[in-house]
Amino acid sequence: MTDALWYFGRGTGLVSLVLLSIVVALGIGARSGRTAFGLPRFAVSLLHRNAGLLAVVFLLGHVVALYFDPYAQLRAFDLVLPFFAEYRPFWIGLGTVGFDLVLALILTSLLRHRLGARAWRAVHWLAYLCWPVAVLHGLQTGTDGGSWWLRTVTALCAALVLAAVVWRFTPSFPRHPDRVPRRRPRALQEVR
Amino acid sequence: MTTVDAPPGAGRRLLAGSTDGRLDPHLARYARAPRLTGAQLVALLRDAGLTGRGGAGFPAWRKVDAVLGANGVPVVVGNGSEGEPASGKDRALLAYQPHLVLDGLQVVAQALGARQAHLYVSTAAAADVRRALDARRDAGLDAVPVTVTIAPDRFVAGEESALVNAVSGKPAVPSDKRLRVTEAGVNGSPTLVQNVETLGHIALLARFGPQWFREAGTSDEPGTFLATVSGAVQAPGVVEAAYGVRLSDLVDAAGGPATRLQALLLGGYHGGWVPALPDLPFSRAGLAPFGATPGAGVVVALAADGCGLMETARIAGYLAGEVAGQCGPCINGLPRLAATLGDLARRRVRPGLTAEVERLSALVSGRGACRHPDGTVRMVRSAMRVFEADVAAHLAGWCVAPSLSEPASAPALSSPGPASFWRGRGEGER
Amino acid sequence: MSENRLHIDWTACDGRGLCAELLPEILVEDDWGYPLARSGEVRPVVPAALRKNAERAVDQCPALALRLVGEILNR
Repeated sequence: MTDALWYFGRGTGLVSLVLLSIVVALGIGARSGRTAFGLPRFAVSLLHRNAGLLAVVFLLGHVVALYFDPYAQLRAFDLVLPFFAEYRPFWIGLGTVGFDLVLALILTSLLRHRLGARAWRAVHWLAYLCWPVAVLHGLQTGTDGGSWWLRTVTALCAALVLAAVVWRFTPSFPRHPDRVPRRRPRALQEVR
Repeated sequence: MTTVDAPPGAGRRLLAGSTDGRLDPHLARYARAPRLTGAQLVALLRDAGLTGRGGAGFPAWRKVDAVLGANGVPVVVGNGSEGEPASGKDRALLAYQPHLVLDGLQVVAQALGARQAHLYVSTAAAADVRRALDARRDAGLDAVPVTVTIAPDRFVAGEESALVNAVSGKPAVPSDKRLRVTEAGVNGSPTLVQNVETLGHIALLARFGPQWFREAGTSDEPGTFLATVSGAVQAPGVVEAAYGVRLSDLVDAAGGPATRLQALLLGGYHGGWVPALPDLPFSRAGLAPFGATPGAGVVVALAADGCGLMETARIAGYLAGEVAGQCGPCINGLPRLAATLGDLARRRVRPGLTAEVERLSALVSGRGACRHPDGTVRMVRSAMRVFEADVAAHLAGWCVAPSLSEPASAPALSSPGPASFWRGRGEGER
Repeated sequence: MSENRLHIDWTACDGRGLCAELLPEILVEDDWGYPLARSGEVRPVVPAALRKNAERAVDQCPALALRLVGEILNR
């Protein structure tokens, strides 16, 4: 039984990392306004949303499993309050930070019609912090950190996200590169 | 009770009496402004048929009535920002007769029970307004305190929601219309925005009544208005006239045409071009057949030797440069429309050029937070109608404007008198 | 009040194109990818049959620029 919790905790953690990487790449890619893999834009957006929700499900599995796992020895507040764990407090703490960030991202996204676009977008930028935190947590905390398969999966995830970021900064990224960008109200006062 | 001077006649109202902007002559002539209740003000404005003088020509009583019916303590704002380059009447009124405007602001603010009144004016008018406000403070005139806000020198800064944003301390750009300004304007309070000229009329109306007001103008557009007449006229400037005034009389008030006229741009840069017909009545009904309105009283006369398309392209280029830039279709569409008009004006002809002007016009219409694209399109479409012959000429590679085309087509400009500077009017007529 | 018109907040719209995909019967994309009402209306009418899709478009707009509104709104 205890072994099952341990394996389940590690497995769900890895799956949620993979899903988070896909979510980040889709999120970045969606900003181009392009269709992808033959999917319409709204489907890409739904994929981003649903993969994110699925990542949270696996993340919850990861957290709950390791909370009940006698080996990990987590206390309830370690799940939300980072850097106080008994074992490898910093690297476990990164996981807690990532968990908190994911919760913030999901909650604000579910409530974004109430919060308004500006507040939602401000919080959503945290995704760029959340993802590297999750990667480091995965590499440095687990017993699998040194294993070839974890390193391979992590490298593939990193490659995916990096490719999306690089693409984001190429001039041909937006589907209408010739479009005159809109200005924000603040900037208008300084035009003259 | 102080006796009030005889009411100003039908021609000069706002600009009657002394025009040095001082308080003493104003009080000697008009005495203090009366106090009205909200219901009295609504009835007065409705009976008088006063329309807003900022450009849209909306019945003044409707806005007042809407603010009276809204929840919360109202705020009143006088709009004298006048971002329109061809208009100078608000600036002139605030320099010559600031106390009529400020009286009107008080009458409205008190009738609505406002605790805050604002004047939103251009940098150029701020000093005059502040001087007038100081004099009134010393005389104990203003029951409702007035705050002056400087409008940025931009075309769209005077739009109602941009004004509300500016007075609320935010950037002076239009916002998406979620609620009416009369329901939720300055800092969320129900807000009445009236052009400063409208307030000036209210100051007189409160004293002399609707019957007097209706002695000038037409039955469905009563009263006088301030016109800014410029372009090919002898003495460009601000004049006062009654609605329904003949176009030639309006231009004569500004010294008459400087040369033979081809067309006039009426209302403002968002207005409409009309041919130089001397008897055309300057009123909503009179200008409707040309898709023009009196607007903010702007009259720009175009000389016969000027190119209407070149002038239209220039104005469109100016308007494209004045976009706030918040709305995608506008910031992309107006520069493209202006450039396409520029090609037509410079006779860089390509197939489908005029169709492209119309396509882009339709493309930007109604697709912005404010009416800047719509106003620009109104002006452009009127030009394509009024300068139809010139459009055909440009497509054929020449121009009807003699100075810009073959000298052979140029008529003699020297001999005839001013009467024949208008289209379709022979010597001795009238 | 039945809210059967689609209102676009142009100060928010980023022209990402999701709404035109979800409501092809009502919207097309203009030269720059911004939504354009086929009918030419400022606030296009949403027929009852398309109501669900319109709600999805409102929900999914990345810029939160869409709203279903009633007949009468300012201007």
